Amino acid sequence: MRKNTWIAYVFLLPTLIAMAVLVFYPLLLGISYSFTDMNQYNMGNQFVPPSYKFVGLANYKEVLFSSDSEFWNILLNTVIWTFTNVFFHFTIGLILALLLNQKIKGRAIYRMLMLVPWAVPSFVSAFAWRWMFNGEYGFINLFLKTYFHLEPIAWLSNKWTAMFAVILTNIWLGIPFMMVTMLGGLQSIPRELYEAADVDGASPVKKFFNITLPLLKPVAFSATLLGTIWTFNMFNVIYLLTGGGPARGTEILVTYAYREAFANWNFGLSATYGVIILSFLIAFSIFYSRVAKDAGEKVY
Amino acid sequence: MKRKDLLKLLTHLILIIAVIISIFPVLWVLSTSFKPAAEVFSPQIHYIPEHFTWENYHYIFTFKNGIFFTWLKNSAIVALMTTLVGVFLAATAAYAFSRFEFIGKGAGMFMFLVAQMFPGSLLIVPLYNLLKSYGLLNSFLGLVIAYSTVALPFSVMMLKSFFDTIPVELEEAAKVDGLSPFGTFWRIVMPLSLPGLAVTAFYNFITAWNEFMYALTFMSKEELYTLPVGLRTFVNEFNTDWHLMAAGAIIITIPALLFFLGAQKYLVSGLTAGGTKG
Repeated sequence: MRKNTWIAYVFLLPTLIAMAVLVFYPLLLGISYSFTDMNQYNMGNQFVPPSYKFVGLANYKEVLFSSDSEFWNILLNTVIWTFTNVFFHFTIGLILALLLNQKIKGRAIYRMLMLVPWAVPSFVSAFAWRWMFNGEYGFINLFLKTYFHLEPIAWLSNKWTAMFAVILTNIWLGIPFMMVTMLGGLQSIPRELYEAADVDGASPVKKFFNITLPLLKPVAFSATLLGTIWTFNMFNVIYLLTGGGPARGTEILVTYAYREAFANWNFGLSATYGVIILSFLIAFSIFYSRVAKDAGEKVY
Repeated sequence: MKRKDLLKLLTHLILIIAVIISIFPVLWVLSTSFKPAAEVFSPQIHYIPEHFTWENYHYIFTFKNGIFFTWLKNSAIVALMTTLVGVFLAATAAYAFSRFEFIGKGAGMFMFLVAQMFPGSLLIVPLYNLLKSYGLLNSFLGLVIAYSTVALPFSVMMLKSFFDTIPVELEEAAKVDGLSPFGTFWRIVMPLSLPGLAVTAFYNFITAWNEFMYALTFMSKEELYTLPVGLRTFVNEFNTDWHLMAAGAIIITIPALLFFLGAQKYLVSGLTAGGTKG
């Protein structure tokens, strides 16, 4: 390690400037918008100066306490969406990683093919699933009809079937990341531990609970935290599959915030949603790191 | 021994089912893209197109005098420019994190992690206004600027773990030979890191190639669309030309898929190193 640290700052300078200008400054601007009534008409342009004004906490009041606010429903959707997704990402990802961590034939090919959902651009995946869930000619209804003689289901026209569809799509999309991360974690567990356990005559179940799980914990903690953040902020799947419909049935906070901004042109209200989302994620991360710490793990 | 064989069989069975579920949606789109409309909108399942046709691809290529190729060119320009900027930023920052001890190092790494939490929908309005006030809406430069930090946190983590594997002794020797720190970085470290840099470059390229939300919002002129946004032209609320969408989707997917399958090994090790060491 070198001591003349000013050189480190020179190397960091371009990135620091980019992050400051493109991430942190917009973030502060966004937070400031949430205290204004900014919309498409008063935001100003090259001919008209901006005329939006400071409204204090009015936006927050409207979002959190107004009787016609859709916030609480959408929050419930978001929680269902995030929890279900991360739960299945983790459990299925872990099971597949455990299977792939054995000495079996064709392991590399299995792994490569299972990465396909990650490799395909997510808007293409969203399209593929939207097409498969199509009520008239979608593969899923054709499949149910051909092999089980079931009536077609209008998947995307009913709140809960639509919710099922978007969640299934996103589970499919997110498993590879979790699987690969868990596989990396499994492979970093020293072989000697298992060999020693074999000498002691430990059963496979015992080895799993006493060696594998405890040593996998650090990876599992960071991966689920990242997974939660990404799922909470996932825009493409819902926007492209259902557009948040039917009747806001599958809307989550990020898609709603986007709609407020670029369909209703309510920039102030949209920013308020953004700040609330960020607060949730920060609060969750702090809480999560505490829990992880109590469990003896350091997450970041 | 019998029980072990059974378990092995079960493992293969589960893995095969998982593989089928993983690749089926893509194969179904591929199959759709080679079917004529009449077969796409039919109540029967044809896994393999019955009347194989290139018609859909032909339509996509000749749509509005070949605007598809304009979108392709736009996507390529934006993705390449983003890659150049992204790799430069990631390499310099990762080198600082890998080789130096300095005040604020922990905070710096933490900053990248926190930055992942910022919802795109909170940044997008301020970015929109910033780009607008500098006349950078509907401009490739504006889009590249907006993209340049999207892949940065992951790129820095990946490259840092790559730099960590290069022995410091080489740089110390270079220093003795009178090379400046920047010369060392440029002449010694960069050439030795080509595999890591290549993966970072590809990762940045694909991130930009796949991005949808910023491109949808910042580019409103049809001739400036990137591929993902342009492809949406074929969808409207009441009527979707699934067979045409399918052909477009396949074309966009090919570069992403090829890269990914080639680079998966490095991506994976970068990911786990970044995730566990933080």
